[in-house]
Amino acid sequence: MTATITAPSSLRADTTTRAGSSLVASTVAIAGRTVRKFVRTPQLIVIGIVQSTMFLLIFRYVFGGAIGTPGVSYVNFLVPGFVAANVLFCGTGTSVGVAEDMEGGFTDRLRSLPMPRMSVIAGRALADTALLALILAVTVGVGFAVGFRLGGSVLDGVAAFALCIVFGFALEWFFILLGVLSGNAQAAQGMAMVVFPLTFVSSAYVPVASMPGWMQAFARNQPVTTMVDAVRSLALGDRADAILGHSTGYLVGRSLIWCAVLAAGFAPITVARFRRV
Amino acid sequence: MSTLIEAVGLTKSFGATVALDSLDLVTETGSVVALLGPNGAGKTTFVRSLATLVRPDRGTLRLAGIDVARDPAGVRRQIGLAGQHAAVEPALTGGENLVLVGRLFGLSRRASRAQAAAVLQSLGLADAADRPTKTYSGGMRRRLDLGASLVGRPRLLLLDEPTTGLDPASRIELWDTIRALVSNGTDVLLTTQYLEEADQLADRIVIIDHGRVVADGTPDSLKQQAGRDVIEVHPRFAADLDSARDALASLTSDEPRLDAANRRITITVADGSQQLADAIRLLDARHIAVDDIGMRRPSLDEVFLGLVGNAQTAQHTATTNPILEGASS
Repeated sequence: MTATITAPSSLRADTTTRAGSSLVASTVAIAGRTVRKFVRTPQLIVIGIVQSTMFLLIFRYVFGGAIGTPGVSYVNFLVPGFVAANVLFCGTGTSVGVAEDMEGGFTDRLRSLPMPRMSVIAGRALADTALLALILAVTVGVGFAVGFRLGGSVLDGVAAFALCIVFGFALEWFFILLGVLSGNAQAAQGMAMVVFPLTFVSSAYVPVASMPGWMQAFARNQPVTTMVDAVRSLALGDRADAILGHSTGYLVGRSLIWCAVLAAGFAPITVARFRRV
Repeated sequence: MSTLIEAVGLTKSFGATVALDSLDLVTETGSVVALLGPNGAGKTTFVRSLATLVRPDRGTLRLAGIDVARDPAGVRRQIGLAGQHAAVEPALTGGENLVLVGRLFGLSRRASRAQAAAVLQSLGLADAADRPTKTYSGGMRRRLDLGASLVGRPRLLLLDEPTTGLDPASRIELWDTIRALVSNGTDVLLTTQYLEEADQLADRIVIIDHGRVVADGTPDSLKQQAGRDVIEVHPRFAADLDSARDALASLTSDEPRLDAANRRITITVADGSQQLADAIRLLDARHIAVDDIGMRRPSLDEVFLGLVGNAQTAQHTATTNPILEGASS
């Protein structure tokens, strides 16, 4: 085979100045690669879907009976919170994927090419947000199957879903940073444990009022609770007023501010860390 | 010929570890340069500095006159990097992997496809173009990785231990591929731990150790630089090895090297033909039976060991078939 190797002139060094790739073109190309990887590695999607379905069923049928939610059935309380918090569990997949790319040299290859390094991150954020939308859609479907019903309009329900996606995109930068800092898939998996206190010590699965006082202080003021409350308010409509105590507009506004803060806080750090050589 | 790489006082530390210690190196266009050295010598750090993946602490580094620190984007337009890993996406086909790199190099969709096809053809991978890379053998994946570094038609190809971890047949195949590229005028800087690889591929070998250049020249000039002859003795009985070594010690200013596994003792001497006779007399006086005794020019291994003088490295590189060590990174 090797005897036939020839190097045609099209491989000869081309020393004319090349422009390199633009931010948009390279971001799209890199996102395209990640999406194709998802599509052709179904286990990545299947694991995400199986995991979230399993936990939803466990909360609904195992813990649900023991958790009191005044004014609203547990399944209606749970599903919006579960979907919003699931954004974080999906995010851990981003950290692991980023770490794998770094470990295998793929990131180095990309960083040695004449294109903005920002594209490597932006492409990953776009593709993983698309995957998130898919997994969350399936989770919502399972939620309806186990008895969840919207309390407001369908439009409000769609807005609740969209808000989760916005939240996911805002958090991508944080999860990419975790992946970059960890440098290998196992460490990334370990660092991603940070999502457990954030999701469990929130209003996602139980009313915050049931927690000890000192814990409530954290639970009430952290972004997951803010997000869950906004999603819950949109999804349940008037039914949620008793447990949330604020108008939908206020809660959604507050959650969007948090999204902006998270993205604005982590995106520059992530990009700077990634650019640094 | 003009200056291609120009490193002056290049220094880089990672914590307490000094990877590059005020390294100076100038290379010309139209050549294949091998950076040779043991693990941790600084080879990879140098290549990563050129690839703009590592920022040196001090010193200047230029590629074709472009300062790596001032204009990294400009440097990235000139290089193609194939690192220690096969950095291709397993879920994509060989063709898709190369088209992706072409797009990221700024080529149009059409040009990327044409270029990918040409590269696959030239690397003997055309038949596997539409197969996912995860079905490729290790050698094919490395060749594809090499291909990815070629899609952008770089001025300088950076190959960081291109054959580490490959089986002997794949290694020789990859060497042929690299030779074909070189014959076409692409400049190459490669790093390797294998003397044979450097000897096979490079016009110029730069031996680095502890982040500094310790020797530099053509393979032949390096052998000459050592400038001394080697006498090699194979005693008939393993039990005689120690006394044979003691007998020969008086002929050399260095320690005789004893290789028990191959029942072999080698000494480096100033005047081989004269001292070969002395060696025979000394062994005969001690009644040591000898299977074979001979004089030869030093191998590149011996030059390397003499320069690097690292006991651990000696053990590694002195084995006759370094390939069998497998991946060492």
